[in-house]
Amino acid sequence: MQPALLDIDDLTIEFATRRGTVTAVEQVRLRLNKGETLGIVGESGSGKSVTSYAIMRILDRAGSIHRGSIRFSGIDLVGANERAMRDLRGREISMIFQNPRAALNPIRTVGKQIEDVLREHAMATRANAREKAIAMLRAVRIANPEGRYHAYPFELSGGMCQRVVIAIALACRPQMLIADEPTTGLDVTTQKAVLDLIKDLTREQRMATLLITHDLGLAAQYCDRIVVMQKGRIVEAADTATLFSSPQHDYTRRLLKATPGPESKVADLLPEGDARRALASPPNPEAPVLLSVEGLSKTFGAPGSPTSHRAVDNLSFKLHQGESLGLVGESGCGKSTTSAMLMRLLDQSAGALWFDGQDIGAIPSKQFARHPLRAQLQMVFQDPTDSLNPRWKVRDAIADPIRRLGGTGDKAQLRRRVEELAENVGLPVELLDRYPHQLSGGQKARVGIARAIALNPKMLILDEPTAALDVSVQAVVLNLLVDLKERLGMSYLFISHDLNVVRLMCDRVMIMQAGRLVEEGSTERLLNAPEHEYTRTLLAAIPNPPVPASA
Amino acid sequence: MRVSNKLKLVLLRLLQAVPALFGIVLVSFLLTRALPGDPAVYFAGPMADEQSIAEIRQQMGLDRPLPLQFFSYIGDLLQGELGQSISTGQPVLTELASRLPASLELTLFALLLSLLVALPLGILAATRPNSWVDHLCRVVVTAGVSLPTFFTGLLLLYIFYFLLGWAPSPMGRLDFAYLPPETVTGSFVIDALLAGDPETARAAFAQLLLPAITLGLFTLAPIARMTRAALIQVLEGEFIRTARAAGLARRKVLYRYGLRNAILPVITTLGMVFSFALGANVLVEKVFAWPGIGSFAVEALVVSDYAAVQGFVLCMAVLFVLLNLLIDVIYTLVDPRVRMES
Repeated sequence: MQPALLDIDDLTIEFATRRGTVTAVEQVRLRLNKGETLGIVGESGSGKSVTSYAIMRILDRAGSIHRGSIRFSGIDLVGANERAMRDLRGREISMIFQNPRAALNPIRTVGKQIEDVLREHAMATRANAREKAIAMLRAVRIANPEGRYHAYPFELSGGMCQRVVIAIALACRPQMLIADEPTTGLDVTTQKAVLDLIKDLTREQRMATLLITHDLGLAAQYCDRIVVMQKGRIVEAADTATLFSSPQHDYTRRLLKATPGPESKVADLLPEGDARRALASPPNPEAPVLLSVEGLSKTFGAPGSPTSHRAVDNLSFKLHQGESLGLVGESGCGKSTTSAMLMRLLDQSAGALWFDGQDIGAIPSKQFARHPLRAQLQMVFQDPTDSLNPRWKVRDAIADPIRRLGGTGDKAQLRRRVEELAENVGLPVELLDRYPHQLSGGQKARVGIARAIALNPKMLILDEPTAALDVSVQAVVLNLLVDLKERLGMSYLFISHDLNVVRLMCDRVMIMQAGRLVEEGSTERLLNAPEHEYTRTLLAAIPNPPVPASA
Repeated sequence: MRVSNKLKLVLLRLLQAVPALFGIVLVSFLLTRALPGDPAVYFAGPMADEQSIAEIRQQMGLDRPLPLQFFSYIGDLLQGELGQSISTGQPVLTELASRLPASLELTLFALLLSLLVALPLGILAATRPNSWVDHLCRVVVTAGVSLPTFFTGLLLLYIFYFLLGWAPSPMGRLDFAYLPPETVTGSFVIDALLAGDPETARAAFAQLLLPAITLGLFTLAPIARMTRAALIQVLEGEFIRTARAAGLARRKVLYRYGLRNAILPVITTLGMVFSFALGANVLVEKVFAWPGIGSFAVEALVVSDYAAVQGFVLCMAVLFVLLNLLIDVIYTLVDPRVRMES
């Protein structure tokens, strides 16, 4: 057997923090052969990114390799000096990161940034650098590469920026590519395009790839072998087929279950016997209509001017009482504009909105904040951290809507109500006196939900409520949402780009594209027999984990 | 097309400054009137009686109602007339024209000095947090803002003029032995060099050095601090990580990727420091007998010399508007994102 391209043994990484030394990665052992794709899967804090930074030797100042070895084609990377590492980085080992827009220098043209790498590693001269950079842009399938050479990152879409990052990484034809969550935050169709591109290019150049992801489905689709990491340790390593057909470790099994797939029900995401498992009742077709939207449109910019943009175009739908309706579409399709108009944060350009028998479309957005109906309509936001005031205690965050709209002046009563709400969403009461930064992502999500249901609303708009959460936390939060809906009889408008989550949560689904509704129907029908071409594209782009044989 | 667009933007910005300038004119007019003190009493001298004071007041137009005074002031302004300074007897415009270059020379040279020290210091401190350079940076910054300029000025004079005798006597811009060079730029050092007179240039430079160091020690602090803070923040950015992961040399990462992004807030700080220093270096001017506009304004204020004070405020406001415009232009040159927004 030939020696592995990358051979990591007994790698232990420590971070010096104010509270002493923290071991982020412990005794990690992995091998990667030429031309192979290895997935490192794990949730936040599992040490998967730290491992990859250690390979590149770009750990933070506080982090250090405590023990173990990293060998790359025979070279000892742990002992290598900075100069030797600099020669390897970008030329032999490259890395791409999540959040591609932030990964590029905002005030330098993308062409120049590709040239920088080429020139640094003497792969181009002053004379031919530009030509080579344009060739690289073409290789990552950017249309009009000559024109885009002069573009700044902010002028390009997220997917486009990631292509540029890939171009920088692959410009010097390295032997190994490390991709750290390369598609987090990108649309599903963009995600597929980017990953397919990486796959094609690495295959052409016979490169080894290390794909770091939290998404098991993604790893299943693109990796030959997968290692699962938890709390800094590798808990399981196997080839992809084996891992999914017979997962050995308990954590792997839990992770597999928690990942929504085409066949799973929401309760299946949690282990059997878990008290938090929730059961959704079938939709009641005779339930009265709660929200009725007719011909809703929003145009930004002066009508008729070249900059005017129709964000939402003639949208009509109905939401019944107790129903859960999914709204699916890619970024820029008008989902957020729609929810802002429904919440009366934004005035519509045209169309009518009827909520609970009243014409709320006629109420200007400025007045709606103090309208009695405002209490009936609440929202849960995508980012549980950014949607909480960092200087308010959790208790105040939850009490805020009651103070403003609930009319309870009695302090003891308010206190009891907040505690009751915390209990409802499974938030330990002792956490109420903490600040948001002292809570985990899942706990913050619960605070957001508790705040939204504080006034017993009839309808909740959930804007990608679990997009920022780890899958195991997402499993718990989704079950909580189903449970609350059953107990409180609310209706949900569930906005998401993740069709697998929508499948679990919604009775009906609407697909939006460029401000228009392209398809609408029961979840079952729409996802199994899509009629519109765009729906089919979306469905085809979702990476699905293989169904475990013994589920 | 592009050039004319930019020109249009500049003109638009200048136009936007007009209401602000009008407001400044109005406020400075009212404030000077609200101040205690009566210019007529001052002008009439200590021997004057009630009647002669009243006469002078009438001559100066100070007995008219305020709105009328204001309109005639505006009328004069529009003709480029800033009035007469009662304390010096010269037209305010002439005073400002002779004193502003002195202040500008001092302030610009002080800023140049502090930039030469502050930028490397901030960069070194940012790239080696908690090292001795970082601690030095902290000490210099704290000392720079906490030591009053008149104190550092006197200290420097004591050491370099009194004890060592290296510096010339603190008697303004040029020793009596030399004739001021012909005015081209307003800076004695540069003008003397242009006139091919290195001897005078050297003398002017010797006069300039100590007050500039005094002022520079003070302006150095905010610049060094901002350089350090901005660079530390930028160096934590994700694109720096990308550049490092691409194997770019340390210098390239630091300057081409780091500093160019960090320089924007430094430019803003520089603008603020400049306008602040220009008006507030009165103490330095006093200590070194520097004939700048700061000391002129303070003297005028003490005797309620309305025209001079108003002229000074207006002059500073116009400078401020131009400075901000210049900073905006530099911004658009450095940051392509700003270009797009406009």
